[in-house]
Amino acid sequence: MNVLRIVTLVAALAVVAAPAHAQISDGVIKIGIMNDQSGTYADLAGPGSVVAARMAIEDFGAAKKGMKVEVLVADHQNKPDVGSSIARQWFDADKVDVIIDVPTSSVVLAVNQIAREKNKALIVSTGATSDLTGPQCSPNAIHWTYDTWSLANGTGSAVVKTGGDTWFFLTADYKFGHDLERDTEAVVVKNGGKVVGKVRHPFPNADFSSFLLQAQSSKAKVIGLANAGADTINAIKQGAEFGIVKGGQQFAGLLVFLTDVHALGLEKAQGLLLTESFYWDLNDRTRAFSTKFAERHRQAKPTMAQAGVYSAVLHYLKAVEALKSDDGPKVIAKMKELPTDDPVFGKGMVRADGRKIHPVYLFEVKKPSESKGPWDYYKVRATVPAEQAFRPMDQGHCPLVKK
Amino acid sequence: MSTLTAPGTSARPVAVEISGTTPIHQIVAFGAMVTLLVLAPFVVYPVFLMKALCFALFACAFNLLVGYVGLLSFGHAAFLGCAGYASAHAAKVWGFAPESAIVFGTLVAAALGVVIGALTIRSRGIYFANITLAFAQMIFFFSLQAKFTGGEDGIQAVPRGTMFGVLDLRQTYTMYFVVLAVFLLGFLVVYRSIHSPFGQVLKAIRENEPRATSLGYQAERYKLIAFVLSATLAGTAGATKALVFQLASLTDVHWTMSGEVVLMTLLGGMGTVFGPVVGAFLVISLEHYLAQIGSWLTIVQGTIFIVCVLTFRRGVIGELGRLLKKPL
Amino acid sequence: MTIFGVPTQALFGQLLIGLINGAFYALLSLGLSVIFGLLNIINFAHGAQYMMGAFVAYFALQWTGLGYWPSLLLAPVVVGLFGIVLERTMLKRLYQLDHLYGLLLTFGVALVVQGVFRNQFGSSGLPYTAPAQLTGGYNLGFMFLPTYRAWVVVFSLVVCFATWYVIERTKLGAYLRAATENPTLVQAFGINVPRMITLTYGFGVALAALAGVLAAPIYQVNPLMGADLIIVVFAVVVIGGLGSIMGSIVTGFGLGVIEGFTKVFYPEASNTVIFVIMALVLLVRPAGLFGRAT
Repeated sequence: MNVLRIVTLVAALAVVAAPAHAQISDGVIKIGIMNDQSGTYADLAGPGSVVAARMAIEDFGAAKKGMKVEVLVADHQNKPDVGSSIARQWFDADKVDVIIDVPTSSVVLAVNQIAREKNKALIVSTGATSDLTGPQCSPNAIHWTYDTWSLANGTGSAVVKTGGDTWFFLTADYKFGHDLERDTEAVVVKNGGKVVGKVRHPFPNADFSSFLLQAQSSKAKVIGLANAGADTINAIKQGAEFGIVKGGQQFAGLLVFLTDVHALGLEKAQGLLLTESFYWDLNDRTRAFSTKFAERHRQAKPTMAQAGVYSAVLHYLKAVEALKSDDGPKVIAKMKELPTDDPVFGKGMVRADGRKIHPVYLFEVKKPSESKGPWDYYKVRATVPAEQAFRPMDQGHCPLVKK
Repeated sequence: MSTLTAPGTSARPVAVEISGTTPIHQIVAFGAMVTLLVLAPFVVYPVFLMKALCFALFACAFNLLVGYVGLLSFGHAAFLGCAGYASAHAAKVWGFAPESAIVFGTLVAAALGVVIGALTIRSRGIYFANITLAFAQMIFFFSLQAKFTGGEDGIQAVPRGTMFGVLDLRQTYTMYFVVLAVFLLGFLVVYRSIHSPFGQVLKAIRENEPRATSLGYQAERYKLIAFVLSATLAGTAGATKALVFQLASLTDVHWTMSGEVVLMTLLGGMGTVFGPVVGAFLVISLEHYLAQIGSWLTIVQGTIFIVCVLTFRRGVIGELGRLLKKPL
Repeated sequence: MTIFGVPTQALFGQLLIGLINGAFYALLSLGLSVIFGLLNIINFAHGAQYMMGAFVAYFALQWTGLGYWPSLLLAPVVVGLFGIVLERTMLKRLYQLDHLYGLLLTFGVALVVQGVFRNQFGSSGLPYTAPAQLTGGYNLGFMFLPTYRAWVVVFSLVVCFATWYVIERTKLGAYLRAATENPTLVQAFGINVPRMITLTYGFGVALAALAGVLAAPIYQVNPLMGADLIIVVFAVVVIGGLGSIMGSIVTGFGLGVIEGFTKVFYPEASNTVIFVIMALVLLVRPAGLFGRAT
């Protein structure tokens, strides 16, 4: 009998207390940063993304506004099964409200499903697949920093316009590589260029000598690297060995981060063309942000992925504050409603299909003689304005977009 | 060429008894296991438990081959993963009900087991390990290239569906008890195979194959049947796992997955009945606990391998059995 | 002129590259073959020891300024010592057991070593440059051959041949081969068999480390560089025939060439072709191409 009474009392309290907590679930906003903490993508996102998230929470002034924000971190090891396991656990048991970052396209798609199922939120900064704002678009997700389409478009069109009109593709043999190759090829051809050859290498791959040889004999002006991380680094390094750049050909890195160039060194990476949506040395606001970041993250300047996390967390908190709730799809809708403005990307907005838009830049890696110190690696070759940088909404086949 | 025997510095295998009734201590242990597993989901996160159960079944299937036949396969992931892909594809694209999807996955693994088994069963020892690895690598490559497996993405958003038309598997607890039932069924199949005349012949073959052959037993056929059985049950584990996580991915066909099941079986106790179950739960818990720091996990796993091989060859259950002086 | 649509010039280039890659496979499988053939130990830690060799070269440069040439000697010695310690403390206890326990132990060692290095250094890899004397290259007409790669082939051939000669044609090698066939008898002759075994294991490990130093300037020095390589090297050794030194050398170079051709005609499969070959060989000749049946 006593037990029954206690149970009823607790239940009654829960019912009474519930409305007060229905706004911010459990009174705490829980942000989960899920990425690769120890593998190939650890440097370009990894612990740095966590630093960026914490910086955003502080800069937002959560403490002063009386909002409790907690950050959880997990390593998905670039595997969709690990990622989906963590997402499930976080949403089910740990009451996480939003998952942010998520490199590796296969994990993005898996977590996207789960966020939708559990009615929570997902903001992707490091992951690349443009399917997230295309056929897989969801009212629970936003794609923040960049995607395969913007990379293909930025690098592809800008390179062709500057004279690189014959291309040879060196593609990692998995979906991301194929997509990148397909998107870039379309852009190259549209701009009047020609693809003279392509080869698919196993993913991951250590030795590129054979493929580089094929690229050399194709005599293409541009060798497009449709791969990422260690593969790109190895290809460029071995390319230097085989005298690719000395022989007059140019490498176009289709997905290259600042940390990759840092790992390669300017000696080997000079002349490389790449597209990113952020660079620490673009303007005063980015410089200020990056200096603060570097102080907290072993003197390394932020990559676009990490900067994107900062920007995303900031805007997410703004939306939660305006809405006074952390309900997944509602916050996402609010984020699309409110315009964005931050030191990372400047002014921008989030489209109906979940695509955040901002300008995107074609960079060329400096020669060692042109660099004034560590991390001074890029010079701007072209700027693509926000409206043109991302795939037009009507071409994405996103079910959320009204025709 | 010697075969891998159940642990012990002299190659004395663990005794397998055939009597009219099942030994009392094993019934007690079984009862304890079932009770724990029935109560656990109310205390521990059920999805974690389901994962452990699938791997426990996988380890039991693997143990059948390594502990009782003495063949170390380094390519068992092929069966786990292929069944997973088959079941995921059946449920998602062909709209199979979950029970049919699991059965289909199991059958695919069985067929694969027949093919690979027929080609590899003549080898022994390191050659057997290598050739099973070779086939598993080929399966990995096929999984990578084939369109229907989705490559790096895997097959995602696999529907759990409704089992037998009544059990809604989207409810976590319903799914859990279904998975538990599948596991117990598989476990009992393994148990029954060992504790049977068939199991006795396997033991005879493992201890002295020429003598067993001279007594009229066709050793290769027995080994092949054990291999196929092991592959089939590994497939059941994979097919069920695909439904639990609603995902079938490359991780399940990668060679490191084959290494993991070896770890689970070794830690739990090769050639024991309950060893693989305990080993699987331990390893999965370890992974879960160390998930935050990926690289510490490999260090700990490696250390367990080393410690087990040097001083703890009987594994947890093996040592426990020795303490109690009863086979577990 | 083209063969299957590929110009012969390009094909020669690929052939040469294949030989260069084959040199690595040969050198690595040599160490493994020595260890298995003579000691019946399956050294799954070989890939991790290869990686350690590359790291020793990296550290030598970073911490003491010792360049490539001294590292060629230093790395094998340091890692060889590690191997000796490993053998003395752990592997020795497993000799009476089935050799698969040795495999499991060394597999565990590989996991630990790789985990520790990954913990410290991440996975993106560290740069290591080739020595000045070996940079640049020759224009051979059909391709540009980097000097360093040519050096790799030459050096590997020399080391492989020297090892084969010592084991098959000298008195020391004869003692070693005798000791593994009948240790008690050889010990009765006054030869310290356990010490020989330890030193041989150390030598095999040193060969792995040597391959690591050779690899450092070409591939990034990273903790996982040996992880996927180890199963390929095993395949090479098994195809060549466990216990046949010449078998591993020939298969190593052969595989490099076959892989090279695969990269031209069906590049996606280049990582898997070795396993297809291994399965085929084992089905037809279960002891490998040059192996002795046990």
